[in-house]
Amino acid sequence: MDLESLLPTLLGLAWLLPLVSFTVILFAGPRLGNHGKGAAGVATAAIVGAFVLSLFAFISWVAQHPVRAVAHDDHGGAHAAADPTHGSGDHAATPHGTAAGHEPGHDTGHGEAGHAGSPVHYSGDWYTLYEGGRLKLSIGWYIDALTVLMFVMITFIATCIHVYASGYMHDELHDFTDHEVHLADGSHLHRPGRFHRFFQALSLFCFSMLGIVIAGNLAMVFIFWELVGICSWFLIGFYYERKSASNAANKAFIVNRIGDFGMLIGLMALWGALGTLHFADSTGPDGHARPGLFSLVRPPVAGHAQWVPDGMVKFAAAEKVGAVLRSHADDPRAGVEQVEAKVEDWRDEGYGRWLLLVAGLGIFCGCIGKSAQFPLFVWLPDAMEGPTPVSALVHSATMVAAGVYLVGRFYPVLTPDALLVIAYVGAITLFIAATIALVANDIKRVLAYSTVSQLGYMMLALGVGGWLAGLFHLVTHAFFKSLLFLCSGSVIHACHTNDMRKMGGLAKVMPWTSGTMLVGCLAIIGAGVPFLDIGLSGYYSKDSILAQALLFARENPAHSILFYAVAGGAMLTAFYMFRLWFMTFAGRPRDHHVHEHAHESPPVMVYPLVALSILAVVAGWTLPGGFGIANMIEQARPSGTGGTELGGLLFSAFSVPAEHASHAHDIHVTASLTAFATAATGVLLAALMYVWGVIPPAMVAAAFKPLYTFLANRWYFDEIYRFLFVLPVLGISRLVSGTDKGVIDRFIEGLAWGAKQVAGFDAWLDRTLIDGLVNGTASATYSAGLELKKLQTGQLRQYVMFIALGTVAIFVLAGLLFRSSFAG
Amino acid sequence: MMNVSVAASILPSGLPLPVSFGMIPLFAANPFTEPVGVIHYLIVGAVLFTAGIACMTLKRNALGILMGIELVLNGANINFVAFSSSYLRAEGAPTLGLDGQVVALFVILLAAAEAAVALAITLNFYNNHATVDVDRADDLKG
Repeated sequence: MDLESLLPTLLGLAWLLPLVSFTVILFAGPRLGNHGKGAAGVATAAIVGAFVLSLFAFISWVAQHPVRAVAHDDHGGAHAAADPTHGSGDHAATPHGTAAGHEPGHDTGHGEAGHAGSPVHYSGDWYTLYEGGRLKLSIGWYIDALTVLMFVMITFIATCIHVYASGYMHDELHDFTDHEVHLADGSHLHRPGRFHRFFQALSLFCFSMLGIVIAGNLAMVFIFWELVGICSWFLIGFYYERKSASNAANKAFIVNRIGDFGMLIGLMALWGALGTLHFADSTGPDGHARPGLFSLVRPPVAGHAQWVPDGMVKFAAAEKVGAVLRSHADDPRAGVEQVEAKVEDWRDEGYGRWLLLVAGLGIFCGCIGKSAQFPLFVWLPDAMEGPTPVSALVHSATMVAAGVYLVGRFYPVLTPDALLVIAYVGAITLFIAATIALVANDIKRVLAYSTVSQLGYMMLALGVGGWLAGLFHLVTHAFFKSLLFLCSGSVIHACHTNDMRKMGGLAKVMPWTSGTMLVGCLAIIGAGVPFLDIGLSGYYSKDSILAQALLFARENPAHSILFYAVAGGAMLTAFYMFRLWFMTFAGRPRDHHVHEHAHESPPVMVYPLVALSILAVVAGWTLPGGFGIANMIEQARPSGTGGTELGGLLFSAFSVPAEHASHAHDIHVTASLTAFATAATGVLLAALMYVWGVIPPAMVAAAFKPLYTFLANRWYFDEIYRFLFVLPVLGISRLVSGTDKGVIDRFIEGLAWGAKQVAGFDAWLDRTLIDGLVNGTASATYSAGLELKKLQTGQLRQYVMFIALGTVAIFVLAGLLFRSSFAG
Repeated sequence: MMNVSVAASILPSGLPLPVSFGMIPLFAANPFTEPVGVIHYLIVGAVLFTAGIACMTLKRNALGILMGIELVLNGANINFVAFSSSYLRAEGAPTLGLDGQVVALFVILLAAAEAAVALAITLNFYNNHATVDVDRADDLKG
């Protein structure tokens, strides 16, 4: 079996297995094993199966397309300098240049010009939902190195979390008393366990997330995007009897809808102007090639440089197109040809550039919601109301990564201006979230804000042209953030509280948890040795982000704040992560009651921690042969995105530098040193405050009281949103409901009253007139009968008498009548 | 043919009164002075019939009423027999012939059957009411 048919089969199966598990649990849930314990088995088996299949796909991929070092080390600078406008792509990034990756139908778009420039990918459709006119909605696949890697990453983390959750959620196996829900009579809520339901939602979530990753077109992405959203809603609201949990679930869902609205606009802009949502080229039912989004925006004929597609030019220049067509009304064909001939001129005049920007920013809006970027990040910290495994899987490692993944996948279509917007959004997000994390006391909230901040890093990296850096950080972050969350879950499991102020000194009682969490903390701050270039996974990814931001700042001094945001963010990250670790594990116990009851978690929870911590260490490494995650992602680099891009539609002119340039020696060293210095400062500061007590935290808080209050209240974002959006919406809804009750309901009630009156008159008419007629007939007959029955005396002799007299009377009567005859 | 002409002669529609009944005109002469003919039988039948009716209306005993019925029926029988006899009228005058006798036999048969049924009813009535007074038999009063 060749890769082209093998990969869709393997990954398709891996994708569908969790759906099978979901279906099984849905129908057989509580009957599975002891109180539904079997549900964990089913879900875990499914995800392990998916992991094995993904791993198999991964191995087949690597066997077919060996992951080698990118050749930029030799001539990186020169390469980037070479004709940036041409964007000739990175030949070295695609070690595989033969036809193996190009099935005939997919080859049509790749002319000689860009053959070497397109990444190896396989695409196709499993099932077409609808096809008519230009619209084609299908369930299909787009598989490249990134897809394969994401599959392995997601299924691996999901496996760890399934195993962990089967231990963590054991309370739900039996009837469960929720101590956080107070009933009206003062008692606590007592309800049946929902163990199976948890795994049911988890399975559906895995299915949806894998669906986003494997999706071959944006419509399918959108479908699974929403599915992921609803899964998140299920899981955040798992303890839905708690007011806070149901509110958090609704908040997450509604805030995501706001982003999705933007995404719909982007989808409409793309489809309306281009008529396709497919990523890759395909062949239509008529045998004609149907170029996909990527080759429309970066056509091979232009050397994969980004341009505004014809469709968008014509869409934007609709008036001019109309004028041309009208002037050729007598010969429509000539008119169309004339339009085609003029498209190039219009493109040069700048028609359609805004449309492309809007499309890109629209799609990014969806990513803002899903990846919790400013200004829609407020839902993610609240989402920590869900069980901790959910926080680990959904709200740190995978679902929130979907937004970053989509920006990465959609990267070729994003214009430089859109990228700069993304970079600024990322910078603002990472800074705000990091500052809030400094003062948070809830262990999961610190991690939640750290997630928001790290997602900001990724967005910023993508925005400044660091496509690889952003996605690399996405993968490494997934490992260490899920590790950190599982560790925090282990701590919460042991202490039964989220408040770090009650913890401390747990390192001795929970050696495994504290050790693995230290690894996670070191990974997230990017610990490593700069000159030896050895470090934990975060070291590599964070360094590449820093390097790219530094390069961007050098190229565009006006935007150098982006670099300072990254560097400052790195210091803040180091501070709050080690503040968390020190407060939890180091020093003396602050609350003896908590400390006495603390214990190391059961092995089923510790094993995933160890597995994830190993990956948190090694995920960034590149083996001597060149094998490594970074190089593998590089295989999937979209055509033509390796060069410098010039922008200046929204902003004054700027350039997005080529990513290879950031690997230049001076930039790389500066970035590494900056990263090391900032991280070390942060850790040192945390140690000074929370271990050695040289600077008492309370004193700092008092000294910067307004700032501290500001941060502790999370920049008052929730309050501002409440004032700006929630209250007006509530006001409007009250007004509307008042109108409904006061005007519309009145009107309807009036109509009903009128109908009732008419009906009453009808009823009266029926009763008196019609019923009277019928009843009158009946009673007349009845009384006649009553009178007539008096004749029936029962006297036999009387009857005989009547008969005789009657006969005589008849004769007499006849005689009288025929008197003339008798008289005759 | 014969019957039709007799019927036509009996019914008051066809011929003007006083009609001749056969050769003898009705009430055309004094019956007491005339030789015995149909008219005399008819007078006896009418007397019997009237006596039967009187008996039925006046007797309260159910058996008496049954006897009255027999009188009425036999009054009618005399009429039939008289009309069918060829001895009671002139030569060539129309008669009912044997038909009258046959009808009379039918009537006797009918009377016997009726008497059997009526006696059964009476017996049952007596069993239930310990009387045969028809005035007490008004259970079917409306």
